[in-house]
Amino acid sequence: MSAPLTASAGTAAIAPGARPATGFWRRALRHRSFVLGAVLSLLVLGAALLSLVWTPWSAYDIDVASKLHAPSAAHWLGTDVLGRDIVSLLLVGARSTIMVGVIAVGIGLTFGVGLGLIAAARKGWTEELIMRMSDFTFAFPAVLSAIMLAAVAGPGMVTSITAIGIFQIPTFVRVTRGSANAIWAREFVLAARAAGKGSFRITIEHVLPNILSILVVQATIQFALAILAEAALSYLGLGTQPPQPSWGRMLNDAQTLLFQSPMLAVYPGVAIAIAVLGLNLLGDGLRDLLDPRLARER
Amino acid sequence: MADTGAPLIEVKNLGVRLNTSRGPAQAVRGVSFALRRGETLGLVGESGCGKSVTALALIGLLPDSAVISGSIRLEGAELVGLPDAAYCKLRGNRISMIFQEPMTALNPMHTIGHQVAEPLRRHTGVSATEARQEAIALLDRVGLPDAAKRVDAYPHQFSGGQRQRITIAMALACQPDVLIADEPTTALDVTIQGQILDLIADLVAERGMSMILISHDLGVIAENVERMMVMYGGTVVESGTTDAVFTRMGHPYTQGLFRARPRLGARKGTRLTTIAGTVPELADLPAGCTFADRCAIVEGRCRAALPAVVDVGAAHGVRCIRTDVSMAVGGVGA
Ligand SMILES: Nc1ncnc2c1ncn2[C@@H]1O[C@H](COP(=O)(O)OP(=O)(O)O)[C@@H](O)[C@H]1O
Ligand code: SF4
Ligand SMILES: [Mg+2]
Repeated sequence: MSAPLTASAGTAAIAPGARPATGFWRRALRHRSFVLGAVLSLLVLGAALLSLVWTPWSAYDIDVASKLHAPSAAHWLGTDVLGRDIVSLLLVGARSTIMVGVIAVGIGLTFGVGLGLIAAARKGWTEELIMRMSDFTFAFPAVLSAIMLAAVAGPGMVTSITAIGIFQIPTFVRVTRGSANAIWAREFVLAARAAGKGSFRITIEHVLPNILSILVVQATIQFALAILAEAALSYLGLGTQPPQPSWGRMLNDAQTLLFQSPMLAVYPGVAIAIAVLGLNLLGDGLRDLLDPRLARER
Repeated sequence: MADTGAPLIEVKNLGVRLNTSRGPAQAVRGVSFALRRGETLGLVGESGCGKSVTALALIGLLPDSAVISGSIRLEGAELVGLPDAAYCKLRGNRISMIFQEPMTALNPMHTIGHQVAEPLRRHTGVSATEARQEAIALLDRVGLPDAAKRVDAYPHQFSGGQRQRITIAMALACQPDVLIADEPTTALDVTIQGQILDLIADLVAERGMSMILISHDLGVIAENVERMMVMYGGTVVESGTTDAVFTRMGHPYTQGLFRARPRLGARKGTRLTTIAGTVPELADLPAGCTFADRCAIVEGRCRAALPAVVDVGAAHGVRCIRTDVSMAVGGVGA
């Protein structure tokens, strides 16, 4: 996962050289929620990567003859109503989940951080406009914007990713603008301005590096929210479309058979829980580990 | 005093209105002075009297909400109302500033070499290698030990005094004409204060810069500048050559400040004779003379209007209507 890597780069920038970097990892490995979060997140990432090269069965082959099999040596977690192998579906579903998360958070980060930085650098009516716009966007939950987008563009993965991504923007705008404003108020920014730096340079050289760790933590948490939103959208039939497997889709399929085969709902439910819990723990851990007050003591 | 040419920087009737938590308030009023190339000017007064606001107005770094009136001319060119992009070209290049807190005036994320070389690269367009060489030379000049070796170190690896040397190098990188030093030694250990002030004085003389030195400490002003202005409540209450002011203090506030100054040998933290009362908040400034609420010889007419400047000697002005009393032999309560 890229988050911990970025995080260590951030710490290295605060205090360069090998010692602080190993210090980060030493502290990280002692941090329980960080370790647990990292393990769970890596599990999901591992599943997604594995699905690219290997799945026990094809996740797309329908074999109605062998539907709803109980777990066996051939199908470790059994098969679903269309006879697809559950393990294979879960592995490929992890891929959809991560892809949606990465792209949606990418959209949120790019636009949200950009707008937040502009708001903090410009102040005045620019800031006012950006904040009001983001409040407005924030008022529409991802599901609602996905429904509206689906009405225009038709349901599907692209629609749901776009909707979730747009939904992420306001949060990143707020976090970025808030922490950037705090940096703008610091004396070294005043000193940099006194040395003749313009607001663009100050944003790139002073503001962004100093809020990077906050953004990394926020991105981790937003990733978890994106996964939940994707599952909800797929469950509602607005997200990933069949035959592309997705955890939300699996939940949807399992719904009609809830009394007959309850485990069909449990497997994707647990998968979603692992991913969301893992990312949240990872975010909490990063928040502690990247706290500059703690990170700077050696 | 250096050459007799036109003033390098000329400030006329400068006023600054700020938005405070209690509504807009006049933080600076009627500040006027002219500074020729090579001259040094001190700005002294208790904390909160408007020294930093005046300095920030000069360098164009007040918040956007501040309303600036009057005129600031740099070699004849008006700076009040100058767009920020144009001001940017002056800052660091023609006007530079050193701040009080060397601990926070450097970006923790960048090497000191980068921070010193940066203004050079932008304002003079030299190559990265040249800028780096120049940064090392500057750091060496400001007395940073082992400059060549430590140029790639980060701010947290230096002591307070060393960091202030680094910020001085940063401020001087582009050979500015005017240096504003806002309490450059207040946050430093007493033993280092003198060294830093000497360094600044040497650099100012060596490069023929004009300097505005800000301090709350009369002693610092007495030793480091040719001319001085005493500020109280956003106004200049007394100004003149340092010699003239120290020989014959005209304003009751200057006299009070002088009596209240910490003396050699006095333990740190002991409160000495102080001026009665406290520095008023901007919104609470009295009408008329800003010092009226704390003045021992206040009269009814002091509160009528801001007193005009009275010339009490050659190039020595006092903003008080009772200089006849305050400057009578011995002064007030001396
Ligand atoms: N950005 C600001 N907004 C509102 N009030 C300010 C601002 N900066 C300074 N002030 C107020 O202006 C007055 C003068 O402040 P300042 O110039 O910093 O004093 P000092 O002489 O100690 O440097 C103080 O009362 C201070 O509270
Ligand atoms: S004008 Fe009046 S109140 Fe102000 S300093 Fe002079 S005597 Fe005191
Ligand atoms: Mg100040």
